[in-house]
Amino acid sequence: MSTPVKRVHGFLAEFASVSDLYHAAERLRDAGFRHWDCHTPFPIHGLDAAMGVKRSILSKLVLVGGCCGTLTALCLQFGTQVFLYPTVVQAKPVNLFTIPAYFPVTFELTILFSAFTVLFGLLALMKLPRWNHPLFNSDSFSRFSDDKLFICVEAKDPQFHREKTRAVLEEVGGKNIELVEDDV
Amino acid sequence: MAAHTHDDHMPALDGPCSPAKVLLREPLVLNNRSYGWITDRIAGIVEKPQPKIWWYIFIPSVMLFLVMASLFGYLISTGVGVWGNQHPVSWGWPIVNFVFWIGIGHAGTLISAILFLTRQKWRTSVNRAAEAMTIFAVMCAGLYPGLHVGRVWMAWFLAPVPNANAIWQNFKSPLLWDVFAVSTYFTVSVIFWYLGLVPDLATLRDRCKPGIRKILYGLFALGWRGGNRQWSHYEMAYLLLAALSTPLVLSVHTVVSFDFATSIVPGWHATIFPPYFVAGAIFGGFAMVLTLMLPVRKLYGLEDLVTAKHIDNMAKIILLTGTIVGYAYLSELFIAWYGGNKYEFEAFMLRIKDGPYTWAYYCMMFCNVISPQIFWFKWARHNLWVVFTVSMFVNAGMWFERFVIIVTTLARDFLPGSWDMYHPTWVDVWTFIGTFGFFMMNFLLFLRFLPVIAIGEVKGVLPESDPHYNPDALAGGVTEEEIRGEAPRTA
Repeated sequence: MSTPVKRVHGFLAEFASVSDLYHAAERLRDAGFRHWDCHTPFPIHGLDAAMGVKRSILSKLVLVGGCCGTLTALCLQFGTQVFLYPTVVQAKPVNLFTIPAYFPVTFELTILFSAFTVLFGLLALMKLPRWNHPLFNSDSFSRFSDDKLFICVEAKDPQFHREKTRAVLEEVGGKNIELVEDDV
Repeated sequence: MAAHTHDDHMPALDGPCSPAKVLLREPLVLNNRSYGWITDRIAGIVEKPQPKIWWYIFIPSVMLFLVMASLFGYLISTGVGVWGNQHPVSWGWPIVNFVFWIGIGHAGTLISAILFLTRQKWRTSVNRAAEAMTIFAVMCAGLYPGLHVGRVWMAWFLAPVPNANAIWQNFKSPLLWDVFAVSTYFTVSVIFWYLGLVPDLATLRDRCKPGIRKILYGLFALGWRGGNRQWSHYEMAYLLLAALSTPLVLSVHTVVSFDFATSIVPGWHATIFPPYFVAGAIFGGFAMVLTLMLPVRKLYGLEDLVTAKHIDNMAKIILLTGTIVGYAYLSELFIAWYGGNKYEFEAFMLRIKDGPYTWAYYCMMFCNVISPQIFWFKWARHNLWVVFTVSMFVNAGMWFERFVIIVTTLARDFLPGSWDMYHPTWVDVWTFIGTFGFFMMNFLLFLRFLPVIAIGEVKGVLPESDPHYNPDALAGGVTEEEIRGEAPRTA
């Protein structure tokens, strides 16, 4: 028989209101913490700036995805209609200048590819799906999706210290501070 | 230039002055509900047993769905001859119903996307249900063209792959554009809906006891932890999807209208068709949202979340789009006369006077243009029975609009020798009724298993969700009604 070994994931602190959380986030940002996050039931306006989170790069990925869609649509239509299988319908010409007829499909595929890039790009950036996470070991954490606001400072942060970090979280207004552990 | 004096208009500044008061906005959630209350109320709908009336609607809906499925079996095994489609009206009810359902499927994305971009926060209470409705309506719509091809096993010819003889599709055909538009719309709507659901699925997951439900909700919640580093990307994704869906929703019915407008048939060959169809789609879609949400809010006690203000706003959108549709009807008539095309003129004369389907034209006019005008009055927008009745009129009117466009036009084209009446068969009628069963069945299952209101989004519009929320300043505030000396609004 062996004793279960636990690894510290970080400290989880609860905050009473959105404005408390917001001001605590500003202070943690200024204190120089890097591996920490606010867990809230809804997105809070302005919290990105308070935490020092940079603007998401998703929009740039989507631009690339959308361009791929446009190119795919143009290749599909010109390739098949002009080169592979030119179909003359109602005496309409078959050449590279018939592009107006291809606008609808080009538009739709641009949107379709962009939307898929949003979906998969978002999942990749959020590092989801991930069904197991040390935070789920905390009993109180499950109310993040109901009415509780949390900040979690992770142990992998260079400034993390078992006593000092707890003190910092208490100082910025954290309540019910809990050490979250993970099975190794 | 002499300085203006404002002595007559401005209050004396040296006298005693009452302290400035904050003008309170009308709350989007009434009775100062807490986060916990919102979670309990919305998640409670899927956690508690459904009210009896849910079963009273669900069972007939399933039966109608089975009727629809069997009639599709009959159609496929026998042929499209079981429908009333016949020369000259070869696009009968199936295409009428296709356009009807796809039009209804426009409100969801409009509420989600356009109202999101225009920062209309009231959308949060109705967007989830409207998006679900959109998806189910597009599913109903999609059935028709697939079956209307006649030989269903050949429907894969619509996909952009060469067929058995290495023949490619004709990409200059509006019918092929339609395939791309509708399938893209459906896919993007599902992505939008699902991404919106992820945080709420996490809420349901966290409330469940361990078991099959927890596993399933957890699986689809993807391990959501509500971290702001996730929210930050998530909000960007939502914004991008809204920005992509806005032109998409406008394009879908535009492309549907191209099916008609690129032909040379008098009455169809019109440049007004795309905006006219889009306005009509938004109009019909909002009517269906109201038709569904009014009973849902009553049944599940959601009056504090879907308030009188929400209904008032939706009624105003119905009034606006209904009036745009009315303008389109009138300008069609005007252009038919002013354009000087004799066939076009005759086609419209047959619609409004002495034609075989003139009654349908006036049904459409009354339901779509006249009936919403009651929403100019505030009492009408606040009387739920009036709102519900008008929404039913609009649902019917939009069906008649498509009937008028398709059947009356085809029944009377260039040559009087080819004129004939259209008669739907019992298969047409029961298939259409069956699609309502299919739609309602899906919607009721949605109510049963998924949160009908976006829990996370509604919490975000509460005043205390603002980091700069100051209860003391708001406590002394006044509402617009108080300034005007009116009674406070009630749900």
